[in-house]
Amino acid sequence: MPLLLAEGVTKRFGGLVAVSHLDFEIEQGGIVSVIGPNGAGKTTFFNCIAGFNRIDEGRIIFDGLPIYHLRRDKIAHLGISRTYQNIRLFANMTALENILVGLHHHLRSTWIGAVLGTRHVREDEARAHQEARRLLQFVGLQGKGDMLASKLPYGDQRRLEIARALANNPRLLLLDEPTAGMNPAETQQMTEFIRRLRDELGITILLIEHEMRVVMGLSDRITVLDHGERIAEGTPEQVRANPRVIEAYLGTPAT
Amino acid sequence: MYARWVERLTDASISGFLWAFRIVIILVVVVGSALTLTQGKYSVATWIDLALNGLSIGSIYALIALGYTMVYGILGMINFAHGEIFMAGAFGGYFAAVGLAQAGFLNLNPLTALLSVVIMIAVAMAVSTTLAVLVERIAYRPLRNAPRLVPLISAIGASFFLQYTFRGFFGPGIYAYPAIDVLGQAVPLSFIRLRWVDVLVVVSALVMMAGLYLFVMRTKVGTAIRAVSEDKDIAALMGIDVNRVIVTTFAVGAAMAGAAGVLYALMFRQIFFFTGFVPGIKAFTAAVVGGIGNVPGAMLGGLFLGEAESIGPTLFLDGFGVPSPNQLRDVIAFTMLVLVLVFRPSGLLGERVTEHKA
Amino acid sequence: MTDARSAVMVATTTRHPWGGVVRVGLLGGVVAVYLCLVGIVPTFAERPLISGAISLGHTAIALAAVFSGYLAARRAPAGNVQAVTAGALAGAIAGSALALLVVVGEVVDVRAVMLQASPVLYDLLTFGMGLAGFWIPAVAGAVLGGAAAAVSTLPSSARLPLLSGLVWVVVLGLFAGLLRTPMLTGALSGVARFMFASDGLTPIGAVVTFVVAIGATVLQRRVLIRQRIAKMPAARRRALLAPALVAGLLVVLVLPLSLGGFFSQVVALAALYVLMGFGLNITLGLAGLLDLGFVAFFAVGAYTVGLLTSPGEFGIAQWPFWAAIPFAALIAMAFGAFLGLPILGIRGDYLAIATLGFGEIIRILAGSDLLKQWLGGPRGILNIPKPIDVPPGSLLAGPNQIYYIALACAALVAFVAWRLRGSRLGRAWIAIREDEDVAQALGIDLVQTKLLAYMLGAAFAGLGGGIFSALVGSIVSSSIQLFVSINVVAIIIVGGMGSIPGVVVGAVFLIGVPELFRELSSYRFLFYGIALIAMMRYRPEGLLPSRIVRRELHVPDEVASPGAPANGSVAG
Repeated sequence: MPLLLAEGVTKRFGGLVAVSHLDFEIEQGGIVSVIGPNGAGKTTFFNCIAGFNRIDEGRIIFDGLPIYHLRRDKIAHLGISRTYQNIRLFANMTALENILVGLHHHLRSTWIGAVLGTRHVREDEARAHQEARRLLQFVGLQGKGDMLASKLPYGDQRRLEIARALANNPRLLLLDEPTAGMNPAETQQMTEFIRRLRDELGITILLIEHEMRVVMGLSDRITVLDHGERIAEGTPEQVRANPRVIEAYLGTPAT
Repeated sequence: MYARWVERLTDASISGFLWAFRIVIILVVVVGSALTLTQGKYSVATWIDLALNGLSIGSIYALIALGYTMVYGILGMINFAHGEIFMAGAFGGYFAAVGLAQAGFLNLNPLTALLSVVIMIAVAMAVSTTLAVLVERIAYRPLRNAPRLVPLISAIGASFFLQYTFRGFFGPGIYAYPAIDVLGQAVPLSFIRLRWVDVLVVVSALVMMAGLYLFVMRTKVGTAIRAVSEDKDIAALMGIDVNRVIVTTFAVGAAMAGAAGVLYALMFRQIFFFTGFVPGIKAFTAAVVGGIGNVPGAMLGGLFLGEAESIGPTLFLDGFGVPSPNQLRDVIAFTMLVLVLVFRPSGLLGERVTEHKA
Repeated sequence: MTDARSAVMVATTTRHPWGGVVRVGLLGGVVAVYLCLVGIVPTFAERPLISGAISLGHTAIALAAVFSGYLAARRAPAGNVQAVTAGALAGAIAGSALALLVVVGEVVDVRAVMLQASPVLYDLLTFGMGLAGFWIPAVAGAVLGGAAAAVSTLPSSARLPLLSGLVWVVVLGLFAGLLRTPMLTGALSGVARFMFASDGLTPIGAVVTFVVAIGATVLQRRVLIRQRIAKMPAARRRALLAPALVAGLLVVLVLPLSLGGFFSQVVALAALYVLMGFGLNITLGLAGLLDLGFVAFFAVGAYTVGLLTSPGEFGIAQWPFWAAIPFAALIAMAFGAFLGLPILGIRGDYLAIATLGFGEIIRILAGSDLLKQWLGGPRGILNIPKPIDVPPGSLLAGPNQIYYIALACAALVAFVAWRLRGSRLGRAWIAIREDEDVAQALGIDLVQTKLLAYMLGAAFAGLGGGIFSALVGSIVSSSIQLFVSINVVAIIIVGGMGSIPGVVVGAVFLIGVPELFRELSSYRFLFYGIALIAMMRYRPEGLLPSRIVRRELHVPDEVASPGAPANGSVAG
């Protein structure tokens, strides 16, 4: 049984059909990319999975549970985390605090406990800080925990956003263009980092990406969207050879 | 595990609470109405009176609500100072009326009275429009891309600034509107009691709303307004001067509010610097009830609210033996605001903005 | 934002340098005429700063000329002569607007429309000469504008002492009456008589103040105290700071005892608003929920204490204050849950209006016939006892004990807020304030988390209401007004969201000062309006923002941050 299964997912905005009868699945431990030209409905599909959009038709099943009617926080509790195309960190919080917010659901202190400063709460907090620092280190941001998120360089912001998503201890991680705006060296680093996420943490990864080298190098399977519809699905080699993909994605060659 | 369970319980009790809330409101409305009607204290004529009164006040709310709804449609902000723009119109109309009364024009004959009202409305529109354009320039334009609460707080500031500026200029006292004799007289109809002022209010509100609707739907400027409220960036790319369109929207909304100010003052015959506050909030309620951002919705919402607060206290509450239910008129209006926001935030006719914009 | 603005300024300056000066002058004129017609000048004229010479009204209007002169000098072409000329020109234009007002007002009576356009105002503007002296404001404007421009061209080593001299004259002039009374009885009575008249500084006192303030500033700049402190190691700085803090605390604690009477009523009220400001700071400052219906919970608390303690007509229990006050907070909290549950799912700006509606609903209900048999309606619940039963005349009699109780409660609230700020809940609130969609996608339950912030705000509002009813000794429906909510919101926004010292400063300036000076209080909401707009435009983070917000907004922007929202996200 696949970890995530989408069947006939359709999402409309007024008259515009952003995602149309999309079937999709991703196996446990896989890295799957969703590619397609701008406006193909990739981010909309992400939003449907993570509960940012309500789907109009079809169903989305995560680990055997239907999730398409759930609120975002419930979906997060089930173990789905995401990042955003245009980085959405909490700008007025430090890097460490951003990760601590991501740990929110795994902490147990109540407000009365926090006011009284009970031992339970103090231990809870200490564990959280330890875990947050571990995650900072994992994404290579050690020593930058006290910086405001908005003051970090761009690449660090991307990594911090991933660290925040990891804090939820996800089984499925949705990465929306993680290498957007990066130079080739940074892109290479990010590619290796994503592979580590799967290999070391065993997280299943669903990726939206424009950078073909990243997509081809990382993915087990690739789904190609155009105008909200799936036009191809398969291994990188199969997709690379598919004439419809070449036509839709690269445009018809100039004559 | 225990904490998860607590969370689930809280979730369940929240939705249980919301259902109970719904049921209580429905019970109050249904049982209250049934009790009132079976007691038969009120004659059909009384109900007609109340309904007509609701129609007049409702059309005034509708006129004010247009300004809220258009500005919300275009900027996504609540123009909290709109009630004060309405009040400013009432004051503008007042000074025009005093001038006309001193000239002996106001009560010369029904025709001059009607002309006077037209002049008063014109003056009120001019005053309101000027103020609204100034407020937009000073308090809103610099904050256009700020998070939602920033322009709202600035608008609250503008609201207090205008109120207390008027208090400073004209004092804290109540101004009695000059009487226009014709308007106080009854319309010669046998089956209903109706004053000319009610006819004037409803008819002029309808005329102005129709005019506004045509303006928005049929003219070039109206098309630009609609384009900008769809998508500012694309409209700008199409060569539309977005700033000008926004100022126009404020001006048109303010003109409607100014006219409403005169009509309101003709109905209630007295104004002071705080006059705009409560009608302002109620008109916002009307805009929400109709579906904010939706021009016909604002009209419908205004009428709906007017009727609800006119008939509501007697119909829903009198049956329970609530003493002086009319004191609670505003409670009904504000409860309605909360009900709509909670259970149908898109209003009766639906919010015009789509999901990806909201 | 500021950069863009100055860029625009430069552009206009290079186009028509003198056009900008004229515009500034006209703007100054509009402001000056506005200040006259709205009544600020004639009303403030009743409070002299320097006895028999200068009033606060004159000061207000002079400021309009001074500011246009100062701004004009910055717009003028380079060169000191040009700057002073520009200042004088702008000041003259601003003054001429007043001259025009005098002429028009004396020739045509506009009082039928503008209440304040009275002979009193014209006498004030012309120093009693009426129409014949219409030129006086124009000349005075030119002099003031020119002087302001001249001062602005001075090097800062000369400018700052001058400014501080002027500021001290105004401050001491304002507080003269308050300072004089206690000083007269002590060893300082000679000084008091020399410096202070019964209404403001004596002319000699003003000169002395001015000179001393200049001297002190010059001296302070010589010694460079700030830099020295900044250079000190952290431990020594703390060692210096601790006695200062203790001294400050002592002043705060003995303040009402030393001044007595009316003043202690005012500080008690200010302390009460500090308490409520801390409470709303959780809701608005941390969680970003704009609650305009704070008065609803204030009312619940006040009526709870009234009902539980009053031996009068409507009292039900005649408990002591101390037994009743926890219930005031708890019942207000329950109301917070009851009212908050339905609405906390809706968007922030709608939420603000919905809470405003709640405030109005409670206000109307409190005064309605429906609840009159229980709450007393407009007549209210009377004879609410004071918390501590002491004989009249003792130190803790009257408002003084309320002052200490309010302070203690405020400290408690601040402690709670501080503890929560560092917990997972505080972080969740700030996350919701910053970006509620992302916060939810990280697993935060929005309604539950917001509800807690709302309920805590409500509880502290109830606490404030309960203490208020003990302060006044009664609770009547007319005390339940929208302005209670607006006061608290304004305190937080002016003081700085999320900042504890900010709330204190906000409460002192917005509650304490207007209560002390009755003339100011009738224009209180006018100032609120201006303050709210100005704060949102120029300093959305408040005057004394919390540490982290300030760091964010004032660290130079060396790195472009594509993902971060623009300035002003504090309130979002």
